[in-house]
Amino acid sequence: MIGKKNRILRLVKTVFIIILLILFNLPFFLMVNNSFKTTQQFVDDPFALPKSISFKNYIDAFKKMSFLRGLGNSFVIMTISVFLIIVSSSMAAYFLVRNKWRLNKILYAVYVASMIVPFQAIMIPLVSIYGKLKLLNNKWILIFMYMGFGQAFAVFIFHGFIKSIPLEMEEAALIDGCNRIKTFFLIVLPLLKPVIVTILILDVLWIWNDYLLPSLILLSPSERTLPLSTYSFFTSYSVDYAPLMAGLVLTIIPVVVAYIFCQKQIVKGVVQGAIK
Amino acid sequence: MKKAIRKKRNDVGAFFVFMSPSLFAFICVLIIPMLYGFYLTFTDYRPIADTYSFVGLSNYKAVFTDKEFIGQFMKTLGYVFFSTIFSNAVAFMLAYILTSGLRAQNFLRAGFFTPNLIGGIILGYIWKFIFANVVTNIGKRLNYGPLMTSFLTHPDRAILAMIIVTVWQYAGYFMMIYIAGFVGIPRDVIEAAEIDGATGIKKLFRVTIPLMVPSFIICFFISISRGFMAYDLNLALTDGDPYGSTRLASMHIYQKAFQANQYAAGQAEAIILFIVVAVVSVTQVMLTKRFEVES
Repeated sequence: MIGKKNRILRLVKTVFIIILLILFNLPFFLMVNNSFKTTQQFVDDPFALPKSISFKNYIDAFKKMSFLRGLGNSFVIMTISVFLIIVSSSMAAYFLVRNKWRLNKILYAVYVASMIVPFQAIMIPLVSIYGKLKLLNNKWILIFMYMGFGQAFAVFIFHGFIKSIPLEMEEAALIDGCNRIKTFFLIVLPLLKPVIVTILILDVLWIWNDYLLPSLILLSPSERTLPLSTYSFFTSYSVDYAPLMAGLVLTIIPVVVAYIFCQKQIVKGVVQGAIK
Repeated sequence: MKKAIRKKRNDVGAFFVFMSPSLFAFICVLIIPMLYGFYLTFTDYRPIADTYSFVGLSNYKAVFTDKEFIGQFMKTLGYVFFSTIFSNAVAFMLAYILTSGLRAQNFLRAGFFTPNLIGGIILGYIWKFIFANVVTNIGKRLNYGPLMTSFLTHPDRAILAMIIVTVWQYAGYFMMIYIAGFVGIPRDVIEAAEIDGATGIKKLFRVTIPLMVPSFIICFFISISRGFMAYDLNLALTDGDPYGSTRLASMHIYQKAFQANQYAAGQAEAIILFIVVAVVSVTQVMLTKRFEVES
């Protein structure tokens, strides 16, 4: 008897959650669905399936938002920034853990404390300083800024992890004649792999989707990242809905592909990052 | 003695090699702008003027007398309050159902998480079309007046639209954190409760929820701090329209600084906002911590 009741309850839960999931993802479905229609068809009935599959909207959007250039810019900026963040912050965290000086304790406290400062509290002086130095509108400055903004969190995560690594291996390496840099890159860095993955995922998502910082720094159209070119595409062609939908689908594709391939790591990384 | 000196020199060298890349970027991008920003608020600096002078605390006084900012700040408070409550309620319910051993649980979880991979700008644009075209289309079919005009053209409903999208966006994220919380509850505690006769709702409220206080703290913290700082979604979905009724605090600061060119006044608002967020988040953590129990 109880078994039957449980089974019905479970069925109700399953049906409920599936309906919810469909509603939840309906915006994405409608976006894809309408990206194949003309604007008139879209306005008449957004739910109807397209009469024929045409990629005209995609070609339009691809050209008008200079999709490849945006994609390339985003990719270059993201890759170099994330690489620099991981190398520099892991080195710093290693030094802070292994040398218990008073200075290091203060520095670590400053890193951690800085995490609560929101970007909005820094953006005005940031633009003002780098504008005066004539350093705006430069991809490399943006990368440098990501490197700076990425430090605190990455140092914090690496610091926690390195503390748990026993000293013996490093001591053995030092006795064998490795200097500190070699010891770090050959012995310590490979051990950090699980935390590197977490930081990689969080920083990739952050930099890939970031709009506000690049909108303040990259001012010329040729330097735009993907979120910036999406924004300018939308503000300049706001009447022609159908190609806009295609543009959105295009910008989402890279993320969805990445999600399909490393769903588990992404979810784990994001949750780990939040819990710490 | 000589050895000690050499060790010291060695240490300084190592400090330089290991710390300087990180420290240099951190100081140039974060520390200097932060200090400079603080200094700016005591001046009347504007980027178009060549000179500026000290004005004491008048920028801060202006923040508290600026009716527009206070109005938009109140709106932000409301937005943060409702989006925090609803996104956490939905997330907790999803996590509760998706830890009860349904089939294809992982697939279902992943499906709710998707919006968190996509930036606020893109989510905002998707929903702009949902509100402007899809919802109005449903309204016409049902011949139901309130749905026939776009949510985004009414001051009150436009802010409701912001809340709906925020709840939709974060529910899947918080759900994952709550799932981690559910999974982390020791089996024996649950079993002990069951032996003592706790079932269903009673078990949920007396045993599960008290043990999940740390998850609540994290989720509330994230939704409060992100809510106060919301900008991308605000920009893409409503752009502050209609008539500035959905211009949240972040957008106000952005426009004051970069469109009205009042850097110093904008920075004073940014610092006030930062302090408010810090106070609200810390208060939340302390209040919620009181409900924490040991298992």
